[in-house]
Amino acid sequence: MDAPRIEWVTTDRRPAASVQIWKAAAAVGLVALACALPFLSSDYALFQYCQVYSYAIALLGLNVLTGYNGQISLGHGAFYAVGGYTTAILMERAGVAYGWTLPISGVLCFVVGFLFGLPALRIAGTYLALATFALALSVPQILKHFDSWTGGTQGMVVAKPEAPRLLHLNSDQWLYFLTFAILLLLMILAWNLLRGRIGRAIVAIRDNPVASQAMGVHNALYKSLCFGLSASYTGIAGSLAALSVGFVSPDSFTALLSITLLVGVVVGGLASISGAILGAIFVQFMPSAAHELSKAAPWAIYGASLILCMYVMPGGAAGLLQRLWQRAARRLR
Amino acid sequence: MSDLLEIVGLEAFYGRTKALHGLDLAVREGGITALLGANGAGKSTLLRAVCGMVSLRGEIRFGGRSIAGKSTEVIARQGVAHVPEGRATFASMTVEENLRLGAHPRKDRSKLGDDFERVYAVFPALAQRRRQAAGTLSGGEQQMLAVARALLLPPRLLLLDEPSLGVAPRVVTEIFQVVKQINQQEGVSVLLVEQNARRAFELAESAYVLETGRVVASGPSAMLQQDDSIRRAYLGY
Amino acid sequence: METFLQQVVSGLAAGGIYAAFALALVMTYLATNAVNFAQGEMAMFSTFVASALIESGMPYWAAFFVTLAIAFLGGVAIERAILRPLERAPVLALTIVTIGLLTIFNSMAGWIFGYTIRTFPSPFPPSPVRLGGIVVSRHSLGSLGVTLALLALLYVFFRYTHLGLAMRAAARYPVGSRLVGIRVGWMLALGWGLAAAIGAVAGILIAPVLFLEPNMMGGILIYAFAAATLGGFTSPVGAVIGGFLVGIIENLAGTYIRFIGADLKLTVALGIIVLVLIFKPSGLFGQPHAQQL
Repeated sequence: MDAPRIEWVTTDRRPAASVQIWKAAAAVGLVALACALPFLSSDYALFQYCQVYSYAIALLGLNVLTGYNGQISLGHGAFYAVGGYTTAILMERAGVAYGWTLPISGVLCFVVGFLFGLPALRIAGTYLALATFALALSVPQILKHFDSWTGGTQGMVVAKPEAPRLLHLNSDQWLYFLTFAILLLLMILAWNLLRGRIGRAIVAIRDNPVASQAMGVHNALYKSLCFGLSASYTGIAGSLAALSVGFVSPDSFTALLSITLLVGVVVGGLASISGAILGAIFVQFMPSAAHELSKAAPWAIYGASLILCMYVMPGGAAGLLQRLWQRAARRLR
Repeated sequence: MSDLLEIVGLEAFYGRTKALHGLDLAVREGGITALLGANGAGKSTLLRAVCGMVSLRGEIRFGGRSIAGKSTEVIARQGVAHVPEGRATFASMTVEENLRLGAHPRKDRSKLGDDFERVYAVFPALAQRRRQAAGTLSGGEQQMLAVARALLLPPRLLLLDEPSLGVAPRVVTEIFQVVKQINQQEGVSVLLVEQNARRAFELAESAYVLETGRVVASGPSAMLQQDDSIRRAYLGY
Repeated sequence: METFLQQVVSGLAAGGIYAAFALALVMTYLATNAVNFAQGEMAMFSTFVASALIESGMPYWAAFFVTLAIAFLGGVAIERAILRPLERAPVLALTIVTIGLLTIFNSMAGWIFGYTIRTFPSPFPPSPVRLGGIVVSRHSLGSLGVTLALLALLYVFFRYTHLGLAMRAAARYPVGSRLVGIRVGWMLALGWGLAAAIGAVAGILIAPVLFLEPNMMGGILIYAFAAATLGGFTSPVGAVIGGFLVGIIENLAGTYIRFIGADLKLTVALGIIVLVLIFKPSGLFGQPHAQQL
């Protein structure tokens, strides 16, 4: 008779000190491995890793909004598109260097996100999901319509960045390091933000908006800022992805992209920073593996994972890892 | 006379908080038993536990069969009619629709019309308002509706949670008269939760006194009424 | 003037289909308090089933009703098997599950029935009807008729039958309903079953126009959402009126506002959704939702 209890992973669960030390060690090890990869992998593999990092940044963004702040968005593909097209348009039509398009994209998406967050203040829960889903469904049409800017149905080519001559790297390696560095930077920024006062306010708004307001948290401001921050992360991710792929077109930004991002956040772990990377790995590599089975398999697996995660692993892969860590740490003491 | 409702060692929980600590209680078949005690004593919790609305441990037997752990609707279908605090009437639906729903589990609907008429006869105010939305009724009328709806189950055991709360004394008397009537004429057993002990004793022949989730006194009404220490400590007069 | 009337009529014709769809959405919302994002894909899947039955030789109307029955049972099964364990979960979880169902139904349709576009027959004769200078296809009129008939049937069911009454009570007052012995879980499942059947009707009506393929519902979904939002998620009548309004607004905006033209019609739907949710979230006919503290 009792339904299974779903406990959402929150930021205030502090693991034991031994767990934290092991975690830090593992993190350092992983970063070292990541830095070594460009010299061990093919260009195509590097491209895939770049995609993983871009997705991870986007998932970080979506997670801040949905996991930590509780505002569900099924429309983040729109911000991914804004980022990608901003980079493409600035580079191809305004001759801006690729490096500058990244912060511009971030700021622009922050503003767009913040503005979208304002009406979203009045819409909650399922209705917000509905409105953002409607946004996701409209994106390809909007992109095709303004074809003098966006190149219409044909899309736009994005020139691949060259590595600075001092470092003896090829484009793929350079892009890999650039994306990875930005990912690390944004992860640290998010982590810092979330574990402080702002993070607690954001989570408080999710858990009990009436109480948080009563305690002096300016709900409206924080919620809109969350939207803005979330959008800017996803926008930067879109820009990086555009640089890596070399191409943007309306059909790359359908509602299915937004669903993919949702899957990444759920499978990786809502309200978790490491979950963003786990989710990104799943979202990048599962489809090609599943495609072997059948053309339809990837989406069926996406759907099944969403449902299974709601039952079995509401904390996603990151929540599961957290539990395994703690069990292992107890044995090692 | 056997007991219609037997409760042994009942513990009830709201989440992780324990609200009832190993209660024993029985309602005689055809009897009216009162549950008394101050606010927060656990009286409503007990009724909810009988109806499967809270997590519990222990034994609850109704008509000899265990109902602990069963779902609320299954227990209702066995003939336990619960009129909760707050009445749980269907506010946007008419009086008539509420009553119709009260009779929902009946397999034999042939006597439904007659039973409706009987209910309207004892609660004429409801008859006048049969097409009105339940939410527009006064407090007393809503209580009458809630009791009337429960009577249509038809119940073997009637659980009444604070029927006098927010209701004019005249209406309370009317409702109590109806309850007494169906108890005497049809043998419906009643477990009555009341903060107003004096009113409870008008109806009930036996009572349990609860305090913070435990039974602190029990017995025939007459005995409890005469015991000064119990009266002063728990019954407020 | 004629163009205006023609656009209005065409809008009503398209709106009839959005209305049927919105009706299904409202039905699931009333039953389980969640927007079923998978409604479109479920309808599409049911239509494929109908198509398979017709191709195997079954006459149209037999296939129609058999498909409805299958869709009904499917809806009940999904609610019992997949949604029931999450009865007390937050809305976010239910929403995510319906999105999972969306992708599963979409991919299963592709896997079982293939991705090639098929035609789907219409039970109405192809010759259009001319009223004055205005042209309307018989299929559109027929669809309108079916939608209105469906609405009438539902109205009678919910207002005048005991089961309809019990379902209404179960959706709105689950606690009180249990106390009178209503099996709330099964009532919700019936609600889903009904919604699935209605969705199947909508799919079968749309397929002759849009052609049947797994991604058929992509464009329609947003209009149906707009219709349900405009009419109010808690009002079946509102859903139908919302459908017609959305059809008309979409057509008129496309014709008369040059900025929108034929390309940005989906944005019109988005606009409707956002505006309604900001200014009157319960829609034109819905009941305001009180926040539980």
